[in-house]
Amino acid sequence: MPSGPIPTYDEGADFMGKARKKLVKSKTKAARKAKKKRGVTKKAEPKLAKATSKTAKEPAKEPVKKPAEETPAKKDVPRHSTAEEMASRQREISVAEFFTKNRHLLGFDNPRKALLTTIKEGVDNSLDACEEAGILPEVKVVITPGKEEDRFIVTIEDNGPGILKKQIPKIFAKLLYGSKFHRLKMSRGQQGIGISAAGMYGQLTTGKPISIISKTSRNKPAHHYELEIDTKRNEPRIIVDETVDWPVQRGTKVEIELEAKFQKGRQSVEEYLEQTAIANPHVLLQFVTPSGEIKTYVRASKELPVETREIKPHPYGVELGILIKMLHDTKARTLQSFLHSEFSRVSIQVARAICEKAKVSERSRPTRIARQEADNLFKAINQTKIMNPRTDCLSPIGEELILTGLKKQIEADFYTSVTRPPSVYRGNPFQIEAGLAYGGFLQAEGLARLLRYANRVPLLYQQSACAMTRSVLNTAWRNYALSQSAGALPSGPLVIIVHMASVWVPFTSESKEAVAHYPEIIKEVRLALQECGRQLAVFIRRRRKAAESQRKKEYIQQYIPHIAIALREMLELSERQETTIVKQLKDLLERSRS
Amino acid sequence: MSKIARQIKDTAASVRTKIQRKSKPTLSFPLRTLSNVKYHPKQGFLQLKGKKKIRTLTVSTVKTFAQTLRMMSQAKTLVEDNEIMTKREAYYVSKNWQDARFDEQPESDTVIDDIEALFQVNREQLGFIPEEKGGEVAGKLIVIDRDSDTGEELRIDCTKFGSGAYSIPISIEHLKFEAKAKFVLAIETAGMFQRLVKHNYWRKANCILISMGGVPTRACRRFIRRLADELKLPVYAFVDCDPYGMFNIYRTLKVGSGNAAHINRYFCVPKASFLGVTPQDIIDYKLPTHPLKEVDIKRAKDAIKNDPFVQHYKPWQDSIRQLLEMGVRAEQQAFAVHDLNYVIEHYLPEKLAAPKKFLP
Repeated sequence: MPSGPIPTYDEGADFMGKARKKLVKSKTKAARKAKKKRGVTKKAEPKLAKATSKTAKEPAKEPVKKPAEETPAKKDVPRHSTAEEMASRQREISVAEFFTKNRHLLGFDNPRKALLTTIKEGVDNSLDACEEAGILPEVKVVITPGKEEDRFIVTIEDNGPGILKKQIPKIFAKLLYGSKFHRLKMSRGQQGIGISAAGMYGQLTTGKPISIISKTSRNKPAHHYELEIDTKRNEPRIIVDETVDWPVQRGTKVEIELEAKFQKGRQSVEEYLEQTAIANPHVLLQFVTPSGEIKTYVRASKELPVETREIKPHPYGVELGILIKMLHDTKARTLQSFLHSEFSRVSIQVARAICEKAKVSERSRPTRIARQEADNLFKAINQTKIMNPRTDCLSPIGEELILTGLKKQIEADFYTSVTRPPSVYRGNPFQIEAGLAYGGFLQAEGLARLLRYANRVPLLYQQSACAMTRSVLNTAWRNYALSQSAGALPSGPLVIIVHMASVWVPFTSESKEAVAHYPEIIKEVRLALQECGRQLAVFIRRRRKAAESQRKKEYIQQYIPHIAIALREMLELSERQETTIVKQLKDLLERSRS
Repeated sequence: MSKIARQIKDTAASVRTKIQRKSKPTLSFPLRTLSNVKYHPKQGFLQLKGKKKIRTLTVSTVKTFAQTLRMMSQAKTLVEDNEIMTKREAYYVSKNWQDARFDEQPESDTVIDDIEALFQVNREQLGFIPEEKGGEVAGKLIVIDRDSDTGEELRIDCTKFGSGAYSIPISIEHLKFEAKAKFVLAIETAGMFQRLVKHNYWRKANCILISMGGVPTRACRRFIRRLADELKLPVYAFVDCDPYGMFNIYRTLKVGSGNAAHINRYFCVPKASFLGVTPQDIIDYKLPTHPLKEVDIKRAKDAIKNDPFVQHYKPWQDSIRQLLEMGVRAEQQAFAVHDLNYVIEHYLPEKLAAPKKFLP
């Protein structure tokens, strides 16, 4: 699910800030009225229509953005609006409405990408759910052509823990509803926006609802829902709600009909699934293409990723605004206990040290500090030495399993992998892993293939904007017996994989396609690649040496007989003597070679 | 068994012995470069100083080693059968050697030169003969040859070729000479030779004219050498005024070359001297010139630095320096600027009036 449109302890905050500001703005002025009588608002609108008919006809698509632009369209209307007129047009924007207009932010820019994003969101959710419940995931993805051209029905079915009946409508038909946002824990999805956005996209392009069947245990019935999003209110609208017979132990099946384009090759569904299989060797993936072809990505490991702990934010990663919000919301009575209980790695002693530095009493009330001394407190936090965050919140794939995943999907002669020790950027713990596959059936001509992952999710778009790519390009692959032109990927039969595991992966955009350029991240990726590179160089050099030695051997054997022939001719030797010379010469030269 | 066949067999035997003793066989060749020759005016030619190149059988030398041995075997057969083979033919014969065959003739030529140096003989003694023509002769000389079928003596009068000339054969050891000429004039270009022949300059100057056609072949050098030795004639060289004419042509004629140092003994004309064209002639005769080329300048500087012959003669060093300072070169046919026959009527007579002044 895309990171972003809500203020958080990260990059997404910037974007979200705007959305939030708008919401706040409307609340302060006109929205109080609208809030009280939501039903009335709609009726009241025709009145407005006299002045701005456009707004009235398509209220959902024309939120109150720039009212000033609309007025000059009519000549008999005064050029400028009064505050009251403006106020009458100002109203709340629902998240759903916002994303209906800005669906590219979530990865639904075009039909091709929409298909991939839909499947990606579904599969990510399934895997997260299975792993959290300790179930080895089995996920089946089916794409069937719809009745109309350019339409496809996507089905994603898992063997996960299932979803409680009452939760289903909100999870699948309400944006920003989920379990993963309010915690600092490593998982694929983070906000609770992706799958409902996919449903909304389907609804928008085909008018069809999203269909869900879920079952939580063998003894309980399966629930079938068909849902639509009421985009205006960002609330689910239930079309079908029934109990059905579903002959599985437990699991969830999601079906979305959407406008899409099915394609093979780069950035395709297939590539996404293949890459998912590499980084998640514990997953069994099945894929049925629109033409009915069945592809199976078998499970290569029965080891589930280690369950990660949830952590509290580290003080270094917190921005001033967030700190103020936390001060407001805390249940702690004193500043000292606030610091100690709301953050990780802040002991009573460290909390006291921070208070001293900020020149505030450790017993002052957090809400008071929020108004007056938050600035000082913020500075004090960053000046105090605090231990790095705990790293048991990370669950790297692990060197062994990276090798397993690579071997499973890529036929090569040489594999290597490295899991770096955990590190920290801006208070967020992260861990980098890298792996290489070389030779074998990989294409010898052309550039290496780079596979990027963030929390085990393949990143298929915006390769050049990614910090991981930057590190790969900046690594001196020539030192590792590969050729590389300046500013390019190394060339040769090589696949490079880079994985970043973190409680918060800093994506450059909301559609989660590229990792932001933090120096700590770039450095860790480089170190991981260098370690892999050294191993690769040993392999390549050894192989070259063996090839060279074989070549020499053949070379020698090509010419030795001629020495013997010449000697036989000149010395009038017998053929047996000639053979002896050949044998002696071979021994002589091969001995000298080694 | 001839001496040379014996030598080849001994060398082959030593190679085999080494192999049997499980040590790497070696072949040792004299190093054939200018740096490995010295000049003694008494002997009059460039001779080897004794630096050797030892070719040990290793992975990297195995191909050349095999080729050298096979070529030695070929030479032994030629010598024993009293047969000859041109260098080009030797190259083609190697095509039977599968992997050990030569891809280009220069490769086989080098191997032949190596073997020649290995046994300190000339390649003709090994049965290998060059493809090249030996040069042309006109003037007051009678060459005594034999008819190869009847063995009858043939007296060839080199004044009787009209506007043509007598061709020096590839092998000249069997020839005998008679002459009443006063000197031999060795000429670089066929063009100048033609002009002198057409006007019967040999009659006017009472001499033997020889066209070398660039760097003189071994046969040509040997021919001139025997004329000089047996008829006691002085030899004057008439070449272009540039480093190539001076060192590649004249120096090779007089004292031999670095590359063939092992046979210079037979293929040099120590009595030769340099008539022209000298750098001074360019000034004296107001000859039209061309600027020296890059390669000319390099060759000239190289001669001052490395050529033992030049190092021995100060006049030569002075001449080169003069040439380098002038920065130009002139061809022997440049005299045509004054008159087509200026060279016959003025230049040659004037120069020949004082042979003592010729460059050594």
